Amino acid sequence: MTAEVTPETTEPANATLERLRAGLEGLAVREVEARDGMPTLAIEPADALPVMTALRNACGFEILTLVTALDHDPDPPAPRFEMTWQLQSVQHGDRVRVHATLAGRGEGADDAPRVASVVSLWPGAAYGERECFDMFGVLFEGHENLKRILMPEAYDHHPLRKDFPHAGIEPDRLYKAWDRERRAPQGDGA
Amino acid sequence: MDERTIEWRPGVIDPSAVADHDDPLHGSLVEMNVGPSHPATHGVLRLRVLADGEVMHTVEPVIGYLHRGKEKTCESLGWRKFFVHTDRLDYLQPLMNNCGYAMALEKLAQLEVPERGQVIRVLLMETSRVMSHLIAIGVSAMDLGAVSMFFFTFNQREKIYDLLDAYTGHRMNNTYVRMGGVYADLEEELEARFEDFYDNFLAEVDQWEELLTGNRIWYERNRGIGVLSREEALAWCLSGPNLRGSGVALDLRKDEPYCGYEDYDFEVPIGEKGDAFDRYLVRIEELRQSARIAKQALARLRQTRGGEFLAEDRHYVLPRQSDVHSSMEELIHQFKIVTDMRLPEGEAYMGVESSKGELGFYVASDGSAHPLRCHIRAPSLMNIQVIPFLGEGKLLSDVVAVLGSLDFVMGEVDR
Repeated sequence: MTAEVTPETTEPANATLERLRAGLEGLAVREVEARDGMPTLAIEPADALPVMTALRNACGFEILTLVTALDHDPDPPAPRFEMTWQLQSVQHGDRVRVHATLAGRGEGADDAPRVASVVSLWPGAAYGERECFDMFGVLFEGHENLKRILMPEAYDHHPLRKDFPHAGIEPDRLYKAWDRERRAPQGDGA
Repeated sequence: MDERTIEWRPGVIDPSAVADHDDPLHGSLVEMNVGPSHPATHGVLRLRVLADGEVMHTVEPVIGYLHRGKEKTCESLGWRKFFVHTDRLDYLQPLMNNCGYAMALEKLAQLEVPERGQVIRVLLMETSRVMSHLIAIGVSAMDLGAVSMFFFTFNQREKIYDLLDAYTGHRMNNTYVRMGGVYADLEEELEARFEDFYDNFLAEVDQWEELLTGNRIWYERNRGIGVLSREEALAWCLSGPNLRGSGVALDLRKDEPYCGYEDYDFEVPIGEKGDAFDRYLVRIEELRQSARIAKQALARLRQTRGGEFLAEDRHYVLPRQSDVHSSMEELIHQFKIVTDMRLPEGEAYMGVESSKGELGFYVASDGSAHPLRCHIRAPSLMNIQVIPFLGEGKLLSDVVAVLGSLDFVMGEVDR
């Protein structure tokens, strides 16, 4: 047990960007402005795994803080889902955010939004990816245990999509069938 | 009950940890549930366990029993009305959640908080950390049989509840932080009561350390249990005391200071071995450091007495009630904020050092009155995620020690 006093170094955002440019050379990455000033990158979903690998190994981002999705819900056929990963570096004391717009709109069987899983890099990404699948229907390729995490396994909908009603949808077999049975008139006929 | 012949999965079970083979239950796997309603699971966590005698073959956390759709609720209610719901995330430290959410919105709106408001927030956040650590330490000790420890820590927690009751009018679910500051000023008499509490608190912590830290049973039950190396803790995306227990000195109060934490004098304790005992030691030391910060905050409160504690910004901050009744403009402001408060278009992330780890709010706005997205980065979810990694191949009683040392709260996991 030791008491550590010194905080690890904090570099200004320019240094982060320079490190990112050096580490991500040769990869298709766009820098975008974020309102909170965090260095933010936009990538193609097909590049997700190589970019994340480079961010972890070459740029020194050891922690995946969050992985989540966002539904912009534009008119078809514009893509609607945007993935967000946010990484943190302990040794450099900074963060980076990565966005990718997914092609699939999730409205048919072959139209699912897909992106590569980063569980092979961070085992801690598994629950975040399961949550994205549960809430948005994003499929993560390479995730070994991609199943629902917060909603019941038999649930059919993805609640955080914008077309899901705020009041919720009760699955028929979980509740309504039971309710109909309960309300049915007893002891007539037979 | 499901019984099958056992097949060892290579690499999963450490043969040295396996109990003795004379165990009559050895060789047949039994499927059972730990939880969802069990004192050792600290809420509605269910562990689906395949046990070979006393040894855990598979441990799988099953969560979602407390899922209330908080993120969807935020999109539906709007930015301002969601404050009440942040209390119900980590219900052991509602004010910390309030502060984190408020700071995320302030980042998006680029709203400055007056100094006194920030100092009051620091005091509330450190008090929240103490409250939550008291539960973590007391309950994990109770799980391992040290029942009196639970009453000692709850006694102190009760005193904090009395203080918060006097300040906010509620014992739990306070909702006292607003965009731009806090709802009301901390009065002089209350400052004295906080001061009094923290004066006596350190002696209590020393007493608990005498009771537990040197206790041979406590030591043997926790030392070497649930070991996470530095690399493993980083790969599992842990944060807070669990990460610091593994020797990583990452504390957002030092590394990305908010609310003026850079001006406070405190230390960040880290562990060496990364086991349950180190995580306990880190929490004990954090109690002392929190008391140290709280005392500094109280000194600053004395200096800034009478200062502003809420920003003057009529886009986001409600006018005073007395003004609303006497001024037409203020009435219009009040109406606009309550019915249709809009945040600028863009995205922002704010992570605060909560007692469980990094509590983050990722907020995205399209400029309308309804949030585009509010993602809650819950540290407890990450803490739960390592349970299979730490529990498989270990004894059931060790899994209980691991659960206690990881410190999670299901309100935050399920959201």
